[in-house]
Parts: sequence; C-alpha cells; structure tokens
Amino acid sequence: MLGSEILSILLMYIKAFTVGGAICVIAQIIINLTSLTSGKILVFFMLAGVVLTALGLYQPLVDFAGAGATVPISGFGYLLANGAIKGAEKGLFYAVTGSLSAASAGVTAAVVFSFIMSLLFHSKTKRS
Amino acid sequence: MKRGNTIFFKKPPRVRSYAAICGSKEREGVIGGYADITLADDMYGESTYEKAECKMLSGAIRLAVEKGALTDGDIDVLFSGDLLNQIISASFAARDFQFPFLGLYSACSTMSESILLAAAMIDGGFARNCVAATGSHFASAERQYRYPLELGCTRPPQSQWTVTGAGACVISGEGGGIQVVNATLGRVRDWGISDVNNMGAAMAPAAADTIMRHFKDTNTLPEDYDMIVTGDLGALGSRILKDLTWEKGYDIAPNHVDCGEIIYKVIEDEFQGGSGAGCSAVVMNSYVFTKMNAGLYKRVLFAATGALLSTVSSGQGESIPCISHAVEFVSV
Amino acid sequence: MTGRNARNCNKNYLKYVRALDPPTKHFKNCLAAFGVGGLICTIGQFFRYMLEYAGLSGDELAGTVSVILIFFGCLLTGLGVYDRIGRHAGAGSIVPITGFANSVTSPAIEFNTEGYIYGTAAKMFTVAGAIIVYGVFSGAIVGIIYYLL
Repeated sequence: MLGSEILSILLMYIKAFTVGGAICVIAQIIINLTSLTSGKILVFFMLAGVVLTALGLYQPLVDFAGAGATVPISGFGYLLANGAIKGAEKGLFYAVTGSLSAASAGVTAAVVFSFIMSLLFHSKTKRS
Repeated sequence: MKRGNTIFFKKPPRVRSYAAICGSKEREGVIGGYADITLADDMYGESTYEKAECKMLSGAIRLAVEKGALTDGDIDVLFSGDLLNQIISASFAARDFQFPFLGLYSACSTMSESILLAAAMIDGGFARNCVAATGSHFASAERQYRYPLELGCTRPPQSQWTVTGAGACVISGEGGGIQVVNATLGRVRDWGISDVNNMGAAMAPAAADTIMRHFKDTNTLPEDYDMIVTGDLGALGSRILKDLTWEKGYDIAPNHVDCGEIIYKVIEDEFQGGSGAGCSAVVMNSYVFTKMNAGLYKRVLFAATGALLSTVSSGQGESIPCISHAVEFVSV
Repeated sequence: MTGRNARNCNKNYLKYVRALDPPTKHFKNCLAAFGVGGLICTIGQFFRYMLEYAGLSGDELAGTVSVILIFFGCLLTGLGVYDRIGRHAGAGSIVPITGFANSVTSPAIEFNTEGYIYGTAAKMFTVAGAIIVYGVFSGAIVGIIYYLL
C-alpha cells in the first residue's frame, strides 16, 4: 500500500522532469535554429500555452505531468486561458478579466520580489 | 599632401607619450604586463559603471599627459569619444581638464580617428600637443546595447566581449620615437549584415576597403609592414578580412594582428574575442607602442574598425554601417 | 545601394558569412536545457506535494507553487547566480517560470542606478512586459470566444 504510493510519487517526479525538460528542449532547438532572444521565446511559449489550453489540449498534459506542464512559461499561458474560460461561464465581465485574475499571484510575486531585490542588490559585472 | 583618401604629413607628428588602464579580466591577457593601471574590480571605486568608465578615461588622459612631462597648459586640444549615448564618458572626463575638448563618435574606431585628427591638427600648425583618447566598459556597453547584466540569456557563438579599459596618447610636434606618417580616411561600408551579434562580419568589409586603399595610395604592399593591426574584428572577422584582401591580391595574413583576437588569454569564453572602443585603445597604448619604442616593430599600420549602429537602428531592422580609419606609425 | 537594398546586392557575402558561422553545439545545448528545465519542474513538483500535504488544493496550490518558484528566481537573480545558470542551461532556465522572474528582476536591479521611479519601477517590465501584454490580450480573446460559444 505504502510502497505503491511512493512509487506513484516517484513516477510523478519522473513525468514532471521529462515533460518539463522536453518543453525546454523544444525551446532550445528553436533558439539554436533561429537565434531568437529570451524575451521572444517567453512570449511564444506563453502564447502556445494559451492556444493549446483554449483548444483543450493542455489540460491533459497538466493532468499527466503536474508541475512538468505548469512550471514552464506555457503553464502561465495555461493559467491565463483557464481563468478566462472559467470566467466566461460567469458572464462577459469575468470572461475578460478572468485571465489576469488567475495570473495575479504570479505577476504580484514577480513585482514584489523584484522590487525587494532591487533594494537589496546591484547588478554585478560578469567575468565570463 | 593628399593622394586618394590618404593624407601624408609634411613633418610627421610623434607619439610623445601614451597610457592605458584596463580591467581585471584584460590584465590576464597579452597587455597585462604593459598597461599602466589594472583595475582590482570593474567598479573602480565608483557607484555606477558609467562613472567607472569616465574615471578610467580621465585617468588614462591624466597619465598620458604626465608621462609626456607636460601640464594642462601645454595641451591644445583633447580628441575623445566613447560608446555611450551622447559620448558621456568622454565629455564628463573632459570636465577634469583645463584644455579644450572636441568630442568624436566613431564607435570602436575612435582611437584611430582621434590620432589622425590630432596629427592633422599638429601638422597643420594649429596645435603643438594634442591628446587622443577613448575607452569602453563591459558593463555599461552591455546595458546600453544588449540586455540587463543579470538576465540569464545565452550568448550566440559569434558574439564578442566588450573590453573594459581606456587608452590615451599625446600626439606632439616633437619628442617620442614613434612618428605618425600618414593616415587613410575611412569610408562607411555596409554589406548588409544586420545581425548585431556578428560585428566581425559587418566590420570586415570596411577594414578591407580602408587597408587596400591605403596600400594603393602609399604604393606599398602588406610585406612592407611589420604589423597590420586591426581593432576589434575578432577571430571570425579577421578571417573574413584576410579572405577579402586575398581576393584582391593582397596577402595580409602573415603580418595581421587583431586586437580583439589577442586581448584575452583564452578566447573560448569570449567566443570571437574582445570588442569596443577600449579594445584597440588599450592594446595600442600599451603593448604596440611599447614594442615600437623598443624597436621590435618598425612600421605598423593601425586600422581600427567601428560599427556605427544604435539600438534604435537595429530595432528597426537596419543593417550595420561600418567604418575604419587607418593610421601608419613608423618608429625612428 | 546602401542599407537594406545592399542586402539584396550582397547575397553572396551574406551567404559566405553564414557559411563561416561557428557550429552550434545542438546536442550539448539540448541536454543542458533538458536537465536544468526538468530539474526546475521537479522542484516545482516537490513544492506541489509539500503544499498538498499542508492542505492546499486547486488554484491556491498552483498559485503558491509558482509564487515560491518566482521567489527563488528573483533571489538567485539578485545574488547574481541566475545569469550564470542561464549561460549554460539556455532555454532550460529561460522557459520555466523562474526565467520569467529573472526577466523581471534583472532590469529592476540593473536600472536602480537611475532612481526607484524611472529606473527600477519603469524599467522593470522592459523584457517581461511583452509577456503580460500578450498574455492579457490573448486571455481576453479566449474569454470572449468562450463566452460567445
């Protein structure tokens, strides 16, 4: 009983590692072939997450791989689209605002922590 | 006298003194033993990288003037420029001095442009002593031209590393054992490269154009020079330059040295080598002039190259226009 | 013939330059991206399990996991470690949510020399602003489409 539970947790870690790693490899291949900058890669993967979620293709991946699908930036797109889809059930107002409400935790965290870091640190020059 | 785009000085002005300041990373390379001051850290005791760059440049000018046994009153004009917007390092450094300042912008070819203007000013009889100086800083260039320093992005293999350093020299009517005999003015060349990470390929045509016009105007061949120094083409750009000149019947490969290629000890981490206005300024004002004074090199052609782009032009998808000015030095 | 027109003129030169491009180490890059990207996701999964154990669920769980990862992304950026990871890991550290945190924090600490209002605050989203803009825009479109359906 306990053994099978540990096994399933272990399997979930392996799934998360593989799927998350695979998403990064796709991005790396695109960077290698087109020399896109990191900002553009982030936007494209986020948009891919939104589109795939809207088409209903991303949810199965999240169910399968857990954090492996939600941690990459496409998971941020999944969060946005999911919020919008859920909001659409409540009415037009929530359909439009739902996406940002769902993503508010991430955006707020990024702003707050970044501001704190800017108070604490200065950018360091690189040696290599 | 003038032939083609090359000006010949009647009474060749001389490099009276020179000074170079470089960063800690540059110290480990070929110039380490020749630079006057090497920084312990890239901040140089200042609060921002821009201030550090300004302090380096000002320090190099001060040192060069002192090494020439001159005072502020003896200097007639300072020619200087740098890579930052509105050449702030050069103009702010000029605050520290009591002589006139003429600001230049020629990107990484500022060193050769300032030397040739200083020499022309002296040969024309309008000045007795001029200072030519320039510098650059890795961190300030990075944040202006590329991304924030802490952004975790990969550098493409064609990219170069901006040199932290500043160099200055006093060009004078007399004194010093290195003559500035002639100079070839550069034309802006643009062969359509728009990849901002591939500066070497963008600048090589400009360097090839200037160097070959110099050979034609002065009736010389590559073999006549002990060394043909280019600014910051890097490994890739140097190879293209050699190919371009070879196609036209000039084989510069045996005598060619690129400052960007030699400045770092291990070239792997910096990919194609060093770049930036400070790159050729530091190498010329330490290693090359010292070797020339020692008589190891007699005749040196120095063609620094500059990429005249801005973040606005590259953002609008423009290709990169480039320039190269060549100055010929002879040690006597 | 200069500038953009020159590009057509100098097709041969551009072709020649492209042929000289140093080779990209595809396999090594992809392996590093896979390892680091996978590891960050596994860490995310670990936090997921821990918080699930603490009694969180649903949106709260997913949100808290990303907040924790964003915190570590910001902290490592502030300490000057993240760019070093990024140099080797490439997409492996760009694509996870920590890469988003890095793209917000790095301009924030870079430009604090220009003051806290026009420096830190105004420049904070120079890179990540695009993600918010396209994210909110596409999210709104998806919401409207689902509403109309």
